Formats: sequence, structure tokens, C-alpha cells
Amino acid sequence: MMDRVKNWFSSDSSRGLTLIGLPFSFSLLLLAAPMLLIFFLGFWTQDYLDLDRSFSLDNYIEAWSEPMYRDLMLRSLGISATVTLATVMLAYPMAYFISFHGGNRKALWLFLVTIPFWTSYLLRVFLWKVILGYNGVLNSALDWLGVIEEPLTFILYNANAVIITLTHAWAPFAILPIYVALEKIDRSYLEAATDLGDGPLKSFLRITLPLSMTGVVGAALIIFIPTIGDYVTPKLVGGKDGLMIANMIQVQFMKANNAPLGASLAVSAMGIVSMISLVFLALNRRWLRKRGS
Amino acid sequence: MTEKLKTDSKKTIVELNGVVKHFGEIVALDGVSAQIREGEFFSLLGPSGCGKTTLLRLIAGFEQPTKGNIIIDGFQMHGVEANERPTNMVFQSYAIFPHLNVEENVGYGLKRLNLGKDETARRVDEMLNLVDLDNYNKRPAHALSGGQRQRVALARSLIMKPKVLLLDEPLSSLDKNLREQMQVELRHLQRNVGITFIFVTHDQEEALTMSDRTAVMFEGQIVQIATPQEIYSRPKSKRVASFIGVMNFIEGQLLKGGDQNTTVDAGILGNVKVNPDQMPIPLISGPVTIGIRPEMLTLLFEDQDRIEFEISGVILESAYFGDMTYYTVQVKGLESPLTISMRNTAGRRVLEDGESARVGWGAESLVILKKSEL
Amino acid sequence: MNSNKNTLKVFAYSYLIFLYAPVLLLPIFAFNDSTIISFPLNSFTFKWFAGLTQETYLQESLKNSLFVAISTSILSTCLGILASRASARYEFFGKKSILSFLILPLFLPEIIIGVALLVVLMQLGLPLSLWTVILGHTLVCTPFSIAILNSAFANMDMSLEEASLDLGETRFGTFKRVILPMVSPGLIASLLIGFTISLDEFIIAFFLTGTETTLPVYIWGQLRFPAKLPGVMALGFLMLLLSLILLLLVEFFRRRMNRITEDQANVQFGNLFKT
Repeated sequence: MMDRVKNWFSSDSSRGLTLIGLPFSFSLLLLAAPMLLIFFLGFWTQDYLDLDRSFSLDNYIEAWSEPMYRDLMLRSLGISATVTLATVMLAYPMAYFISFHGGNRKALWLFLVTIPFWTSYLLRVFLWKVILGYNGVLNSALDWLGVIEEPLTFILYNANAVIITLTHAWAPFAILPIYVALEKIDRSYLEAATDLGDGPLKSFLRITLPLSMTGVVGAALIIFIPTIGDYVTPKLVGGKDGLMIANMIQVQFMKANNAPLGASLAVSAMGIVSMISLVFLALNRRWLRKRGS
Repeated sequence: MTEKLKTDSKKTIVELNGVVKHFGEIVALDGVSAQIREGEFFSLLGPSGCGKTTLLRLIAGFEQPTKGNIIIDGFQMHGVEANERPTNMVFQSYAIFPHLNVEENVGYGLKRLNLGKDETARRVDEMLNLVDLDNYNKRPAHALSGGQRQRVALARSLIMKPKVLLLDEPLSSLDKNLREQMQVELRHLQRNVGITFIFVTHDQEEALTMSDRTAVMFEGQIVQIATPQEIYSRPKSKRVASFIGVMNFIEGQLLKGGDQNTTVDAGILGNVKVNPDQMPIPLISGPVTIGIRPEMLTLLFEDQDRIEFEISGVILESAYFGDMTYYTVQVKGLESPLTISMRNTAGRRVLEDGESARVGWGAESLVILKKSEL
Repeated sequence: MNSNKNTLKVFAYSYLIFLYAPVLLLPIFAFNDSTIISFPLNSFTFKWFAGLTQETYLQESLKNSLFVAISTSILSTCLGILASRASARYEFFGKKSILSFLILPLFLPEIIIGVALLVVLMQLGLPLSLWTVILGHTLVCTPFSIAILNSAFANMDMSLEEASLDLGETRFGTFKRVILPMVSPGLIASLLIGFTISLDEFIIAFFLTGTETTLPVYIWGQLRFPAKLPGVMALGFLMLLLSLILLLLVEFFRRRMNRITEDQANVQFGNLFKT
């Protein structure tokens, strides 16, 4: 019996568990526990500073039925989806260009693409404000060129500004995974397709695109899920019409002293986003299968 | 250094007793027993998956046996870790530490012994000299060729003065010429150093060339341990016979067993009297498989006299190998053609396809094997 | 075919301009002698950079940020080493689930993490400080560390470990003399990535700092005061330069990683985005 115990201790399994024990405990404490707490918090109520721990669905009902929160939620989802779509659609040709036409300078292109993002995120958002403002860079330039007479106002302090800014901010997170996926495609597949009569567009649609899908999907998820929770951009350039759910969550936790409502909003947001992501993944898998391998 | 250091001591340095190894459901070793003598060049030979590498790793201590035990130099190795055993291993990939140079690699194991810089350097130089890599000390690992890596791996292990050196298919990644050269060098090295080598290979030619004794393994079991000559000329089973070199098989009958008057009915070859030692394992009367090596068959030319054991046939095809020619000969009465090898001595002509041939052999060339499905 | 390539080329360069648009403004306004961040420009000046040396609060925040970033990078790399080694080398019960859980923070919005941690800390009655920020940052950086190191450990030839043991070295000695040096480029990359992420991280720090702020939180405060803005521009420009240097270092070590382990570093960074 002691022998078997001793054997287990020097076995692979025990060594593996020991090693991963520390990071796992860390995560349990700092991630699992807080997440659970947030989850349960949504079912409690808070009155000023008193926390009532009795089970109640009030907060969730409020979060889902109150038009203000509903609209905010839908707007946040809309912005996230738009940003994801815009970022990926702009990033894909860029990644394609670097991978297929980059030649010896691929590393240099990648380097160049990431440099702008080694500045503080806050400053970048602020600088977009400078660019998009009434007297900002864009308006001054367009005026100087004679393209417009009046400064454009639809580009700042609303959802548009948020979308533009975030599409910029997430760019490298889309370009890199798509690039990696494109790089992995064996060029001889495309040569074979051309040999068999496919024009460039067809071979792209039938071969390149499906094979690069893992990169596209990865990029989409990396962008979509965290964007829901972005706080800085809506706050700085969103004005009133561009605020997102994270701003409301912060308000509930801080000024409004209603942490449980904030928690229910947060959990609802995460729930919806996860559902959408799973549906997206499932649809994507069907699409790939239909395309035929 | 004397070439032939025939070891006098028959001391057993490694003893394997009923070693069994399971990996979950898979049985890698199914009861292996052997005694390996001190100073021997011992090889483990078998096809991929036969368990030879597993056995080597068990001796090295990287795995523990499920059942049975291993004794090295008289000590039980049960529960003894790899870093505590008096063995060292040369890995198939050589496992040269890529971030260290040659002398750091070779001297790796000495570090824990705290010999001091001078003594360590001296020993490293001695080893490098032994493997013909003098002055390679500062060469970085990535700048070494395959053959050089192998020597560094050897030096690194030998410097530890192990009781047993374990080699896991060390020559398999080398090209043919280098491999043959290394076979000779390894043999000399082993003789020089006098350490027991246990050598794993799937190449039967390699095993036969280099070993004092070989253990042939199939499916987790040792089927025969013997000297190369014995394995070649007296294989214990049809499978061993086929695995080592080429063998012609003829189905026959054993008419009387075990004594001086043993006779086999060798089908088309007629009734032949054989010695008991032509039966590697004792058999009783009944169906047997008779084996005969290609070089034990000969093709007789027109001008040669008729011999006792001779039949006629037709040349189907020939394969020229420079020093030898291998003929495939169809003989009446035998379903499968015979493979016959002839040395291309001066003046001897190569027979052509379609030519009729006279096939001769000697009774003492036959090996009587148990009839089996392969 | 060529026209396709040319359209792509035009697109690529235009996109690049889009990417650089805000960043190019940094040096422009950092050297612009005007308190207002807009065109037209005035004369060239260094005074905003000089002014940074007077901002004690800025320097405090910078020091705090450096402290947090260094601690975070070390902690997350250590946890990453343990997790990656376990993942690459051993099989054990629940391995897939545990690993998925460990990289989960990559897919959670930072505000959720920040808010959740805040709630827990308040419930436990623990005070907020730089250490609470370090904990939050470590949680977020460890998945990156695991992604980088997992590749490095997985690509390591196991026979090297066995060879070391075979030559008499202990398990710990083997780790020190063979394993660690071989994954060292990955280690450096992990440290640098952790450092960089932590240095720029705002939301979690915003929720979890006490009285001592980090640099991003400081900047956030400054954005409300127009007079402070040029100084912030100068600061931003300096930070860009620092990041560039760090990035060059990462590139250098990535090249070395290629040589030593004979590996496609693209795959390693690519694994950052593979789950």
C-alpha cells in the first residue's frame, strides 16, 4: 500500500498537479471566487450602504426590463458587433497584403503595424478626440482642402466616434491572428487551384478564405467579447449617445451605490456576449463544413 | 591498445528477471529475462515496437518495471532513479545540450563531483582524444555535424565511467558510409574502454557486425540470445531466421527425432540426414520448416561434376550487387523460388534469365525449424 | 493579377496612415508651443518635456507604475512557468479544464475583472493599494505568459532532460542547468509582455488603486485639465520611445529563440491567438 502511495507521488500525474497547483489556486482565488461573488451579488439588493443578502430577482428584472438599460445593452452589442466587423474587414486585406505580397519585408511590415500601439491607450483615445473634434485635425484638413464649409459634427461625441476609435485600437489584434492563419496556408494549394482553372477571386473564396477562418474567428472573438466592456473610449469620445454598458456598470458600483444592479448588468452582458459567441462559433463551423473540405 | 581484449570474466553485470512493462493497456514487455556479461558488446535487436527501447529505458531507470526486477552490478534497481544508477545512455537524437559547447557538454556530469577546474579539463581532454575530437572544446553545439554530435554524446557518457553504456539506435540517423565507419569505431572504442555496451538497433546487419552476443526481440519478448554466428546459422524460429538476412524455407517432415539418425524429408530435396545441432530447438517427428541460407545454395556450371545433393531449375531473375549476385531460381516441385547468392569471383560468369540451372547444397547447411505461421 | 496587387498596396499604405494618425500627433503637439491641442501650430519648444521634471505627482505615479509592472511581470512569469511546464510535460486529471480556466482572463472584459476583484476585496475588508493592482494585473498577464511559455516548453526535447538526469543531475539541477536556459528567450518575452501590459493597463488599476496611483490613472486625471495636456503629450511621446526600445529587445530575443531551439517563432506568437 505504501508502495503505491510512494509510486503515485513520483508519478507524472502528481508532479503535474503540484506544479499547476499554485497558478490554479491563484486563479481560483482571484478569478473564480470574485466571479461567483459577482454572480450572486446580482441576486441581492443594496440600499445605500446596506447589503441585503436575501435572494431577489429585482435587479435582473430591472436590468432586462428598464428601457434605459435595454437600450444601453443593445447599443453596446451593436457597437461591439460593428467594431468587430469593421476591424476584421479592414485587417484582413492588410494581413493578406503582408502575407502574400510582403516578400522579404514581412517582419518589417508587422513591426510597423504594431508600433502605433505601443503608446498609452488612453492617449490614443484622447488623440482621436483631437482628430475628430469640431476644431480638430480632420475638420481643419478638410476645410483647408476645401472639401467642406462647415465642420463635421457627426464624428465626435457619439457612437460613431466610439466605433472609429475602437476599430483603430483593435487593429493589431485582428491583423496578427489573421496573418498567422494566412501564413500557414500552403501556397501550393493555390497553385493547384489556378492550375485547375480557378481565377484569383475564386481561388481566394474557395481556398484562402476558408483556410484562414481560424484566424478570423480568433480575431473576432478577441475583439467582440472585451469590447462590450470597454470603458475608456465611450467615456472620452462617446458623449451622451455613445456611452456603453461598462460606463453604467461603473456608475452603479461607484456613485449610485447599487453594486447588485451593477453586478446584474455585468452578468447579463457577459451572458449575452457568450451566447452570441457560441452561436457564432457554431454557425462558422457549419459554414466551413458546407464549403467542403 | 590491444585489439582483441577478450573478456575472461563471465561476471554478470546486468541481470533481467521476468521484466514486464505495461503502459496502460499496452504490454510493451512480456516477461524478459537475460544475463549480460561484463565487458560484452550486447545488442538488442528487433523490429520497431518490439520493446527493445523500452527495455533499454528500464535499465537506464527512466521507467520502472511493472513486474520483475533488474539487477545491475549486483544491486537491485527497484525504485532507484536514473540519476543514481551506474549506467549512462547515448540517446537516439544524441541530446546534445544546444546552449552549451563541446567541453561543457562533455563535462556536464562531472560538475556535481566538484573535481575542480583543472581535473575536469584534463578528463574532458582525455575523452575528446578518445573519440577523436581533440581541440573541439569550444565548438558550440549547433556547429557540430551528426557524426560529431554522436562522438560528443559518447564522450559525455563515457567520462562518467559507467558500469554499463546504453546506446539507443545511435547510428540510425547517419548516412550509410558514416554508419559503417562508426560501427567499426564503436567496436574499437568498446574494446579499448572495456565497458559493457548494450546497443539497441533494428538493423540486423549492424547487430551482427558489432556484437559479442545479440538478443532478438519480437513483441516484448526475447526469443533468442546468442552470438551472431549462432543466430545466423542456427536461428531458433522461422521468424528469427527471416529477420536476420535472407532465408529460403521448404516445408518438410521430420522422420526421426533427436539422435544421430535424424532424417528429414525435405520435399523436392529428398531425404537428408542431419545432425542434432542443426535443430536449434528440440522437435518431435512431424511437419517442420527447413531453412537454408542463399549462400549455402550454389549454382553449378556445366563443367562441374554432379554432386550428391543437386536439383535442376530455371533462373527467373538476377540482381547484381557488385561483389555478389543474387539469383531467383524456380525449382520444379517447389512452389516458391529459391534465392541463391553467388560470389562474383574472377572468371565466373553471371547466369542469364531463362537459363536452366543446377542448384546444389550440402546437408549440413539445413536448419530444421518448428513449423509455424510467420 | 498586378492590378489586384496594386490596389492592395494602396490599401495597405492608406491603412498604415490610418493606424499612425493619432500617434503622429504626439510628437507634433509635444513640441508645439501652445497650451491648446489643436491646429494651427506655433513654434517648436522643449519646454513641455522640461516641465515634466517638475511634476512630482507624475514621477510618483511613474515609480508606482514601474513597481507594479515589474512585480506583475515577475509574478505572472513565475505562474506561467509552473503552468506551462505542467501543461507541456505532464498528463493529469482535469488538465484541459484547468488550463482553459487559467487562460479565461484573456476573454473577459477588464471591467468585469476589475469590478469583481473590487467587490471581493471590499467584502474581505482588505485595503486597496499597489499590491491589489499587482494581483489584478497578474491575473490578466498570466494567460499571456502561459501562451508564450507553453510553446517554449512543448518544443523542448524531452531527451535533453533525460540526458541530464542520466548524467547524474537532480531534477532541480536539471531545471536550472538545462530547462531554464533553453526556455530563457520565452522567459524574457514573457517578462517583457507582462511588463508592457501592466504599464499601460488602466481599468483594473482604476478600480483597484488606493491612494497611490499608477501612470495611466494619473494620465486619466490629467485629461480633464487643458493646461496639463501638452505635458501629457510629451509624456506620451517619451513612453512611445521607451516601448519601442522594449519592442526591439523582444525582437532580439525572439531571433535568438529561433537559433537555439530551431523553431518558428511565428508559431509561438501565433499560439498567443490560438486557444
